[in-house]
Parts: sequence; C-alpha cells; structure tokens
Amino acid sequence: MARILIPTPLRQFAEKNDNVELPGATVGDVLSALTARFPDLKKNLYTDEGKLRSFVNVYLNDEDIRYINKEASPVQDSDTLSIVPSIAGGSYA
Amino acid sequence: MPEEPSLSKEEILRYSRHLIMPEVGMEGQLKLKQAKVLLIGAGGLGAPLGLYLAAAGVGRIGMVDFDVVDFTNLQRQVIHGTKDVGRPKLDSAFDSMRDINPFVQLDRFEVPITSENAFSILQDYDIVVDGTDNFPTRYLINDACVILKKPNVYGSIFRFEGQATIFATQGGPCYRCLYPEPPPPGLVPSCAEGGVLGILPGIIGLVQATETVKLILGIGQPLIGRLMLYDALAMKFRELKLRRNPECPVCGDHRTITELIDYHQFCGIPQNPVQEAPVTGEIEPKEVKEKQDRGDNFVLVDVREPHEYQIAKIPGAKLIPLGDLPKRLNELDPKDEIVMHCKMGGRSAKGVDLLRQNGFTKVRNMIGGITRWSETVDPSVPKY
Repeated sequence: MARILIPTPLRQFAEKNDNVELPGATVGDVLSALTARFPDLKKNLYTDEGKLRSFVNVYLNDEDIRYINKEASPVQDSDTLSIVPSIAGGSYA
Repeated sequence: MPEEPSLSKEEILRYSRHLIMPEVGMEGQLKLKQAKVLLIGAGGLGAPLGLYLAAAGVGRIGMVDFDVVDFTNLQRQVIHGTKDVGRPKLDSAFDSMRDINPFVQLDRFEVPITSENAFSILQDYDIVVDGTDNFPTRYLINDACVILKKPNVYGSIFRFEGQATIFATQGGPCYRCLYPEPPPPGLVPSCAEGGVLGILPGIIGLVQATETVKLILGIGQPLIGRLMLYDALAMKFRELKLRRNPECPVCGDHRTITELIDYHQFCGIPQNPVQEAPVTGEIEPKEVKEKQDRGDNFVLVDVREPHEYQIAKIPGAKLIPLGDLPKRLNELDPKDEIVMHCKMGGRSAKGVDLLRQNGFTKVRNMIGGITRWSETVDPSVPKY
C-alpha cells in the first residue's frame, strides 16, 4: 500500500482526509484507486479526456512523475505520492 | 566613476550583527546596500518581506501595490496598523519601513502591474519577489522575469499550506515548468474554502526574504530547482524536485512565448466582464426582507459553510452547505418558493442551478448574499 497525500484544497472532495493508503502497482493504479474511493476528486484531477490536469502535479516521493514514467511509474509499498495543486493566494478573493 | 560604496558610522552600528559574521561581513553588507529588490504586493507576503528586507539593509526596495488597507488585512499584514485602515498600502508600508531603516531607498509603484508596464517596472531591479494573490499576475511576473533574466523569488499560500521556490535563474526552472497552465476559474476553491492562517504568510514571506538575501550575498544553497512545501498543521517542511521543462514555452529550448501576453485571457478571466443578462430568478435582499415581513410562504436556504453560519446569519434561513445540497435535496419541496443565499451570491447561484436541474422551478438567488443584506437590510449583521 502506498501512501497518498491530499492537499488542503482537495480534501473537501476526499471526505476531509489528508492522506490515505491505497494499493496499486503504478502511479496510475494508485490514482485510480483514489478516484474510485472518492469519485468527487476525479474532475479535479483529470480532464474530460482522462488526462491529469496541468495545474495538478503528482510526485512519487520527491520526483515529479512527468520526468519519470508518468502514470506508468512503478510504485513500491514504502512510497509516498503527493498531489500538489497550483495555489495563488495571499488574500484569496 | 561611481562613488566607492561604503557604510557610515551609523550604518556600521546598525548592521553590527551582520558585520561580525564572516558570511556577511562588510563585503556582504555592501552587497545588500547596493542591491535593488522589487516586491510585488504589499499584502500578506509583502508585509514580512518589506519589514525584514528593509531591516537587513537592502539599499533599494521597490514596491508594487494599488490597494488600500482594510480591517480584514490586519490579521496577517503586520506592516500595516489599525491607524492605517483606509490609507494606501504603500503609504502605510513605507512609513513602517522608513521607521525601521531610514537608510533604505523606497520606490513606489501604485499601479496594477500589467503586460504594458511590467518591463519598465522590473528593469531597474536585480531580484523580483512575487507576493501577489492571483494567477494572471503570477504568470505575468514569471514571463517578465524569464524574458528579462531576473530571478523570481516565489511564494504562495492557501489556508494552512505554503509553497516557495526561486524561478527564472540561469538554467533553472520557471513557474510554467511547474504549472504550464492555471486552473480554470471555476475549479479553484471558492470563497467558501478560502481564508488563510494569519501567521502563514509570515513564515512563507520570510522564506522568500531569506532566499532574497542569500541570492544577494551569494551564500548557501539557494532554493532553486526545489519546491518547498510547508504544512502548518502538521508543522512539516517538505521538498520536491523542480526541473526546467525543455518544452516550456517561455524558458524551454524552443520558446514560443517571447513577449508578454494577455494574462487574463490566458487564465480564462475576461478583463471587462460582459454584463450578463439579468437572470429571471434574482431577488434583492430588501425584497426578501419584505417577503419575510409580509409573512409570505417561502423557504430561505443558506448554502454557506457551518463555520460561516456561526459568524453571521439571516434569521429564518435554513443552512444546507452547497456541497451537501445534492444529497439533501429531499429536505426541500419543489412545490415551495425557494430563495437561496450565500456570502456574495456566487455559491447560491450554483445552488439555484442545481435545484433547477432537479426540477425545482420556483427558485431565486438573493443578489449580493449576506454581505448585501448587511449593507441594505440589517447593518447589525456582521460582514466578514
């Protein structure tokens, strides 16, 4: 089971969890397990075409998955996945 | 020949705790004195930046902001005080900075930064510090810094979390390498989920200040190619790798963006919002009050969050947070006349749409939300 860290702006779509442990052999598998458990997260993570949104980055440990094997990157049990969305705020309107 | 830089007796005394450290010393303090730093934004991040960079003896500090201090700023923007409410932020910030260090030259840019003026504002400075609060400005600052080859010390905050890094250094990544595109306006968290722990911009702003001073002094390991994440609730700092994207349109190997663009359009925000045709189904707070006073039979639904309801509420309103609305539709009757409200009117408009999609026909949105209720019906209801 890999641990996946859910950032503040997305916790409202994940029953307020800040992290969950999910099974999966690849980053894509773990993310599928995540959106299966929390369906509301899906539109925040993926476009209608099923691509990861460009303002949401996913890291396998400290590495951006875009620079390894993207969603096919293999995941070990001890790994941590982080979802890091774009935030702009100083005084959010 | 420019005059050889030096420190006066007063400055030597003032910077004594820097001067006695070999990593700074006289040489470093003179670098600080000759440095020119531009702070964009005099808000949550700009406040600690302005105070500490002035105190540290950065010789010239430019500040860009056209806002006025209001009461809601004081919870975190410690460069401004209660007496400053209503004053331009730059007046208030510069008073504080001059009080801390009269040796600093302060340059004022009381304008919004735009694609038209960005180059002329940035060109005189060595380092740019991004303390703004919106996506169009962040992309604008990024692109301008890449094109002008000026480091962009970046920080951003949301509720209890912050991010910081340095963009646009020689060979280093830029903001677009991290996030090629901004979120579309509809998908960013709404005003309901906004807010920020007042101390958080202090922490992130001072990470930016630290990195700025390190860049000037040329010491330590700069926060380049690393994205620092801070979680105040867990009290954890984490670090992720950040790479220059060879396909980045601004800083990549085959650049397609070589001048500034329309950033509002890029971020999907119309610059002059088209006045939308009035939707049948809007109602003024005053009319709602009249209906209540007449004893009309209707249901007032408040779609804000419970913690907002605790701050201020309209008597007789039924609380159903927007996120809960789909599963609580059964608590409402399509036969009833329904008025929905939130803080400003945005979320309740979504609520009205949702109800209409579910066969409700007599639903209206209260324009301007509880804020307008406070302004036009009952001033005893607090604004927040």
